[in-house]
Amino acid sequence: MTTISINPAGGHDAAHDDDASTRTTVGFWIYLMSDCLIFATLFATFGVLVNATAGGPNGGALFDLSYVLGETLLLLASSFTFGLAMLNLYAGRRTRVIAWLAVTFAFGAGFVAMEVLEFAKLVHEGTGPERSAFLSAYFTLVGTHGLHVTCGLLWIAVMMHQTFRFGLTGVIRRRLACLSMFWHFLDLVWICVFTFVYLRGFL
Amino acid sequence: MSKHDLNPAHPASHDPAHGTFGGYVIGMVLSVLLTFASFGAVMTHVVSRGVGLATIVVLCVVQLVVQLVYFLHIGTARDQRANTGIFVCTAFLIAVIVGLSLWVMHNANVNMMPMQMSVGAAMAHE
Repeated sequence: MTTISINPAGGHDAAHDDDASTRTTVGFWIYLMSDCLIFATLFATFGVLVNATAGGPNGGALFDLSYVLGETLLLLASSFTFGLAMLNLYAGRRTRVIAWLAVTFAFGAGFVAMEVLEFAKLVHEGTGPERSAFLSAYFTLVGTHGLHVTCGLLWIAVMMHQTFRFGLTGVIRRRLACLSMFWHFLDLVWICVFTFVYLRGFL
Repeated sequence: MSKHDLNPAHPASHDPAHGTFGGYVIGMVLSVLLTFASFGAVMTHVVSRGVGLATIVVLCVVQLVVQLVYFLHIGTARDQRANTGIFVCTAFLIAVIVGLSLWVMHNANVNMMPMQMSVGAAMAHE
């Protein structure tokens, strides 16, 4: 019964549903772009404060690039596997959608775990956010991204359950389309993070 | 009911927002190559500081475009025009926020901070 009530699937309703779906994804895209502006201000803050180390260590002395490369590849792999989940969604293969979402979740969780370990190590060595303006800006920018990824993980877990429970209905498709944009968007932000925060610190 | 649920509302080939397996593979391979190029340029110390910075910025922009096209399906197709337009406006705003913040703060640093002066000397001047 629940499935029927949330799925207005029918001959001429399909076009209407498609319209609503396009509106939703455009609206969600506008949200993502406003999120982009939050990151833009955090990047600008970091750029202004990058040399304000207050006599403490700078990026080149703190970061381990091969570790960051590992984080980058994990997030990139998760972006790709989410794409595979979406392709299976369009093909109507529910079990595979859930399976690829699970793989995406695993890669994403690996990324968050690596980042938490990195933060813990920095704080443990006395280079926490209170050490200098540079480190405050660093923890705010990278931490905000990590928080987004964590929210994304929660959303993936919820959608795995909903897909399992309700099947590939119109509502589920729309939600997964939004989640897919959110997840790919986080990888885009990470490209800027590893370029301007990590690699830049070694030049 | 369940049979209908399993059928996509519209075939993938008709919707540019959906992407293809080939597209995702191309995007993934290009992204991996660009990522290794970025880290390689910095980690191997083969380029000087100025060239290195220009290199990683260019590689970053190229990878952003690759992922926008192959993962987020931004393009000029009719369905995607709204998203693309909104994105271009946002990119302009980002350029203004980041670029002008850095410019203003750089000028403030250069022109308003008596770096060579001690606090005592600065106070004695007033």
